[in-house]
Amino acid sequence: MLKVLKAGLYLSIQDLGRFGHRDIGVPIAGAMDVESVKKANLLLENDENDAVLEITMTGPTLQFYTDTYISLSGAHIVATLNNEPIDNYTVIKIGKGDILSYGRLEKGFRGYLAIKGGFQSKKVLDSRSQFYPVTQSPRLKDGDEVPYEETSDYEPKISEVKIDEHFENTSLKVYKGPEFSLLSDSQLMEIFAKPYSVSKENNRMAYQISELIAGHSHSMLTSGTLPGTIQLTPAGRMIILMKDGQTTGGYPRILQLSEESIAVLAQKKYGDELVFKLV
Amino acid sequence: MKSYPISIKPFGERAVLIEWPEKVSESILADILDFMDAFKALKIPGWEMSVAYNSLTMVYNQDHIDFEETKNMILECQEKQAKSKKERVQHLWTLPVCYDLEFGMDIEEASKTLGLSVEELIKQHTSHQYVVYGIGFLPGFMYLGGLPSSLEIPRRAEPRLKVQKGSVGLASKQTGIYPQDSPGGWNIIGNCPVDLFNPSKENPCFVKVGDKIQFESISKAEYKLHKIEGEVGIYEPEKVVLNA
Repeated sequence: MLKVLKAGLYLSIQDLGRFGHRDIGVPIAGAMDVESVKKANLLLENDENDAVLEITMTGPTLQFYTDTYISLSGAHIVATLNNEPIDNYTVIKIGKGDILSYGRLEKGFRGYLAIKGGFQSKKVLDSRSQFYPVTQSPRLKDGDEVPYEETSDYEPKISEVKIDEHFENTSLKVYKGPEFSLLSDSQLMEIFAKPYSVSKENNRMAYQISELIAGHSHSMLTSGTLPGTIQLTPAGRMIILMKDGQTTGGYPRILQLSEESIAVLAQKKYGDELVFKLV
Repeated sequence: MKSYPISIKPFGERAVLIEWPEKVSESILADILDFMDAFKALKIPGWEMSVAYNSLTMVYNQDHIDFEETKNMILECQEKQAKSKKERVQHLWTLPVCYDLEFGMDIEEASKTLGLSVEELIKQHTSHQYVVYGIGFLPGFMYLGGLPSSLEIPRRAEPRLKVQKGSVGLASKQTGIYPQDSPGGWNIIGNCPVDLFNPSKENPCFVKVGDKIQFESISKAEYKLHKIEGEVGIYEPEKVVLNA
């Protein structure tokens, strides 16, 4: 069992997502930065879908009740185990009673904590990803406990890996969305000719873009949306749906992020710069 | 019946969007559901599909897809759709709604705007059958079509930060039920005590796209009773098979 002594800004259990329930309006949820989760799980020879903790900006303080092995990935947030500094992308042995705590955020926005065998919280609709109201709470709070299986005799095959930080670049690869053809030449110029920035309104549901572009008066019937769908509101606001984003929407879907770029965007915070690149 | 023309568009790396003529129509919805039945009969694993009015989003969960290949697969399936057509079981659900002012905080203002008495508004709202054209926005939220034009009212100028679970609302051509507490700008005229999304059930959402909904006005006492029955798991909403 792991105990959440302090949850930090936003701490949640995530796997790669909840699939097959879109038809009743259930979003995929799952880790925002899938690339980082896969790497952390790979280091522990876990299944890539094993549940991890997703840490947002301000890290938690966590206590482990039994022996295990962990690996950290994603954002660089200063982390210490019993006050000794530890690094991302290494396999770390954990003893009974050890305390993991986090300090300053140095790079990125979301960090991941993978554990040998994955966290064993209850699966709801085939996934452990926290999303309200599928799970009772959208995130972990102070005092919550998360089960895992004890491991004390594991020989890591890969003890450390050098990682390309996929989230260091600012360019997002986008495809044409279903309503791409609504964009005028001047709107296209605007979107692709200059940099944009992440607005204060950014969370697991959606990232809004600070700068407005020219708006539109197109009304359409509600239709399907996906993580990575960029909607354009009549006022000219670009809204990029993320993992907890709704399954349907009524704004024109002008662009669609590549999956790799969803992981890149997941590591951006308020004020960070973005450039859209059409493929 | 001849199928409608469709357009197929790429939608990211693992999805396509199929669009039927841009209208809210029961026969278009039937055509979409026929297509889905035909596609499901092919038993290709990994695809999930969601309908909204005149469109179908198809997502392949296992890998990225080749658009041209997927498009051809869809067109072939559509060709065979008429031949493989089966009867679908669809239901008419009667959902109880308490229109008391305690729940329907906007019902008086809405009736004034619509030029109806509160009784007349309730009578009209409960006398129509609404088609479920899609489920989305929130888990278990139904997009309902078929609202009489006499009940069309613009959304509220300022959305509420919290609309209570079960709230029944009106907004332009739509009526619907909030399946959970949520921010929202609809005019709230009542509350439905039935859980529309319950992840602890094997079938978390009993309504299916293509089903119909009719509302039934209930008293506060009946509301409380259904609420308790729902909590202990003995309440089943009333249904009849539509196409028996």
